[in-house]
Amino acid sequence: MSKLSGLGGRLYSGETSFNFIGNRRRWYSISAIFILASIGALAIQGLHLGIEFKGGSSYTVNKSGISIEQARASVANVGIPGEIIVQKIGDNKVRIQTGALTSAQSKLVEAALTQTFSVAIESIDTQLVGPSWGKEITKKALYGLFAFLIVIMLFLAMAFEPKMAIAAIVAVVHDVFITVGIYALVGFDVTPATIIGFLTILGYSLYDTVVVFDKVRENTKSVAAVGKYTYSQAANLAVNQTIVRSANTSLIALLPVGSILFVGAGLLGAGTLKDLSLALFIGLAVGTYSSIFIAPPFLASLREKEPAMQALAKRVASRGSNAPAEAGTSQSARPTIQPSVNRGPRNQPKRKGRK
Amino acid sequence: MSTPTKTVKSPARSGRSLVILAVILLGLIVTTFVQGASAVRLGLDLRGGTSVTLQPRASNDSNKITSESIDQAVSIIRQRVNSLGVAESEVTAQGSGTNRQIVISVPGDSGRRVVDLVGQTAELRFRQVLAETAGVASPVDTSTAATPAAGVTDELNNRFAALDCTIAANLEGTGADSPAETIVACSRDGGAKYILGPAEVLGQQVSSAEAGYDPSQGLAWYVSLAFNGEGTKAFGAITTRVTSLQSPLNQVAIVLDGLVVSAPRINEPIPSGNAQITGSFSQVEAQDLANVLKYGALPLAFDRGEVQQVSPTLGADQLNAGLLAGFLGLGLVVIYSLLYYRGLGLVTVGSLAIAGALVYLLFLVLGETIGFTLTLAGIAGAIVAIGVTADSFIVFFERIRDEAREGRSLRSAVESGWLKARHTILVADAVSLIAAVLLYFFAVGGVRGFAFTLGLTTLVDLIVVFLFTKPIVTVLAGVNFFSSGHRLSGLSPKSIGMKITKSSTTLEA
Repeated sequence: MSKLSGLGGRLYSGETSFNFIGNRRRWYSISAIFILASIGALAIQGLHLGIEFKGGSSYTVNKSGISIEQARASVANVGIPGEIIVQKIGDNKVRIQTGALTSAQSKLVEAALTQTFSVAIESIDTQLVGPSWGKEITKKALYGLFAFLIVIMLFLAMAFEPKMAIAAIVAVVHDVFITVGIYALVGFDVTPATIIGFLTILGYSLYDTVVVFDKVRENTKSVAAVGKYTYSQAANLAVNQTIVRSANTSLIALLPVGSILFVGAGLLGAGTLKDLSLALFIGLAVGTYSSIFIAPPFLASLREKEPAMQALAKRVASRGSNAPAEAGTSQSARPTIQPSVNRGPRNQPKRKGRK
Repeated sequence: MSTPTKTVKSPARSGRSLVILAVILLGLIVTTFVQGASAVRLGLDLRGGTSVTLQPRASNDSNKITSESIDQAVSIIRQRVNSLGVAESEVTAQGSGTNRQIVISVPGDSGRRVVDLVGQTAELRFRQVLAETAGVASPVDTSTAATPAAGVTDELNNRFAALDCTIAANLEGTGADSPAETIVACSRDGGAKYILGPAEVLGQQVSSAEAGYDPSQGLAWYVSLAFNGEGTKAFGAITTRVTSLQSPLNQVAIVLDGLVVSAPRINEPIPSGNAQITGSFSQVEAQDLANVLKYGALPLAFDRGEVQQVSPTLGADQLNAGLLAGFLGLGLVVIYSLLYYRGLGLVTVGSLAIAGALVYLLFLVLGETIGFTLTLAGIAGAIVAIGVTADSFIVFFERIRDEAREGRSLRSAVESGWLKARHTILVADAVSLIAAVLLYFFAVGGVRGFAFTLGLTTLVDLIVVFLFTKPIVTVLAGVNFFSSGHRLSGLSPKSIGMKITKSSTTLEA
């Protein structure tokens, strides 16, 4: 742990520095490959939609010692149209999924199941979804998504600056794309709980990006006036300075999500908890990546196009100095302790204090 | 305790914040006592029950979906659900304007009845029978299906012949029959099919309905109807007219949502304004039908969007799993913060405890005041919020460390770190809140529960960070254990990666 903290200190001072912004083409290429793969997976395999989206009925019988074969035979006798999917959940549950049924057909299925397994009708968990319902909730989810993107963009433009808002939204869209792509590729079930997960990722991914951008803003506030660093260099320092924080917040966020996933998948077998936490788990990982590798470089790309920033870049370059990466620019105006550089009177007591 | 005099103001302010927090907590506790709320209200997926989501659909051109018609439907459905007599049943419209769904939730096992009860349009019509045969499709044969009465076209005759009442889709009861037209219809059990004349008595002319039982006549359960003045006249007229006709023309079909419930032969004119519907009902069916007719037909047709029936066993399983996941997640976060932040980690633990207490009390109070129920998705939202809440502490603590790396004393690092962290936390929480509010308004069902808890916990996060975490850290900054950078304080030069040991405390001196 203290190793990580020590790294945090070195990253903060600039003693250790990763070139996130300079290598942006590399990150863009990696993301481009992922996004193309996602589009490919979506086009070829598509999403594996749960019955909530395509309509259908689901019956879960809870009794020890029941088998998939029994359940299948029991429902097959009812003579309902369409494919019947039977799954075993945990040790003593069987879930039967069928196409969309009328309520009369559904009653027949329930009757058959109560008879076969001699269980009370109240103990069968059922879910019936009408065929048009999926369209309705998909529509609502999409409305929600667009409203969210627009409102957030306006909000961030006010709280930070318009270009940060654009970069943040690009990163969020990137996250959703790749997460959905992973779902298409692996073939995980997409249910309303998954959608909740996707929508929450938006908030989470933005949270990470907000933390990074807040520091970028601080470091670049007077970057043109000081003239010591280009915008990209100042932004890169900010990313380095916040990386320990990002790692920490992401890890802390993953811990509860991971435990929901563990309990949901391990104990309940399937359902809301598993679907939600799986989407969150994947999305958080992608979100952390984008808040470091996509959002800040993209912001820098946007800002470096500004004439003022180009002029600044020229000025910094003409000094001929490889701009030292240590110390945040906003702090560089006032005298400060630079732990990595051993000079100045303040350094003296420090040496004495060392063992 | 080395307390420099210039920072006297800050601890005083911290004291005030902590007092405000204590007042809020106390206020909530007193409120729960006054309300007598002792347990969080659980959603149906956690305690078992039935929930039905209905999607309004215009059944024909004459009844467009309007905001008023949805309101009217909600109140009719509410009356029908209340007739079940199950406590804590709920009928709500979710969404806005005409784009609304009606969500019905009935706890417990009796909820199964609700599925048939609520979706039914319950458009009741009395029509004269023009033809009746067995319910199977027959080859179109004009010789057997002679035109027995005016208004039956060849086209209708063909449709009648083709109609197969053994197909389940034809027994769905759409309520789409137009009152002015001659129609073909199946009987409810699919055993017979009819050609029926225009409607002569309508459901809205029924003034009351009641289920009854008559063992002496072998009628078993029936529903007796009383008509209003207009209905009495119309019913008298149709019974008088058909009573002398030949079979099947002397039958009057009672049509509910496009299906023939019964088609009794009329032996004599009935001017009294009373009628009975028989049709081998069970007690429950008869009572439900009476209730449905009593409260009137719905102004709209509804598609059954989603029906979910959760047994109490599954509900209990889900509740336990949710709680287990919550404690596990909380435990992991606590362990991580203690390992990483040492002494400061205790502040995280304390803050999470306060946040937990606030959320629990708010669940109790909101359950009583606005009927908030905790669902599985809601629990998930709260667990996810543990992460968000802990995030804001990390942002704050890392800022303090940053400031300390700049060479500030702990006391001033806390203050200047807070100023910068506050902005980040406010913006980040605002993003979470916006997400929660928009999700709440755009979504239906489970997503709304999730959005509500997420929004609530984000607000609690703000309260805790401002009124507890920050003041406590300010107070602790005056404690030697932290200000001297003790090895276990989480602020030792080693753990923040500084190579200076003494200068951080001597800088301000």
